[in-house]
Amino acid sequence: MSKSLLWRILRGFGMFWWDFLVGDTPELFVSTVFILAITAVISEVGHQHSGAVVVFLPVLVVASLVISVTRAVRTARA
Amino acid sequence: MFVASTSVSGISVMVVAVFVACVVEMVEALTIVVAVGHTSGWRPAIRGVAAALGALGLLVAGFGPALVQIPINTLRLIVGGVLLIFGLQWLRKAVLRSTGLKAKHDEDLIFAETVQEIESVTDLAQRERVAFMMAFKGVFLEGLEVVITVLTLGTSARHLSLAVLTALVAAVLVAVVGAIVARQLSSVPENAMKMTVGVMLVSYGTFWSGEGLGVKWPGNDLMLLGLVGVFAVATWITIAAVKATNVKERA
Repeated sequence: MSKSLLWRILRGFGMFWWDFLVGDTPELFVSTVFILAITAVISEVGHQHSGAVVVFLPVLVVASLVISVTRAVRTARA
Repeated sequence: MFVASTSVSGISVMVVAVFVACVVEMVEALTIVVAVGHTSGWRPAIRGVAAALGALGLLVAGFGPALVQIPINTLRLIVGGVLLIFGLQWLRKAVLRSTGLKAKHDEDLIFAETVQEIESVTDLAQRERVAFMMAFKGVFLEGLEVVITVLTLGTSARHLSLAVLTALVAAVLVAVVGAIVARQLSSVPENAMKMTVGVMLVSYGTFWSGEGLGVKWPGNDLMLLGLVGVFAVATWITIAAVKATNVKERA
């Protein structure tokens, strides 16, 4: 396989995942990474059995949806 | 007994999510295939569909067994993250369409545009090639989202075969209904179905990313149904809130 063909395949693969995960909603990508990082920290310090993370995780997910919709509404009305 | 009932709830959500996602995407693909068939004859349309299904099958066969080899907690964390992003994107789009801030998917317009694009090619051999490519691209691109749903949900639930079978049943169902009515399925409530899939993907994403990070959900898999309820209500409230601000904006 030539170097340029390999590069094109890798670039296409990378572009596909970039469009798929980031695309025109970078706020959803960033908020998901943030949510997972927060959950990892809470779990790491030994609170995985507490109710806090069970409540926080869905609440943060809903918050990220609301933030993204609010951003889209503002853009649509601008 | 408890383990069996919790597993059934998790599998049920997976089957419904894969089935509805596949129906929605295949309805969109069917519009293009029917337009190609009506304009250029059914031979290039069927060849395009067969080639696309073959390529999608290769993706599942290639990535499916590889993903199953990843340790379950790592897999659920990665898949959970991907499903969260993917599901939130679907939900966001469905909310914006429900509130009139984004145009709904118009099957009639897509049909007309596809017919127009094929008819603009005058050379017959060239037209057949264009028709094949349009049918291939329509099914492959719409099917890619189904493949990602099948691979992520199927491998993480350790029920890849069931997820593949569910998607095939949905695809065959849409194809049969499409063949019977012999037109695009423009009356299918696509946005409501997309919203349902979005809620389910976000629920699975939240559940699995949590499990991957060591969260112990109360009720184990049964918690999935609770999450579906929470996200469905949250979506409904978000839509109502945006509609209320729309009214205020107009007043």
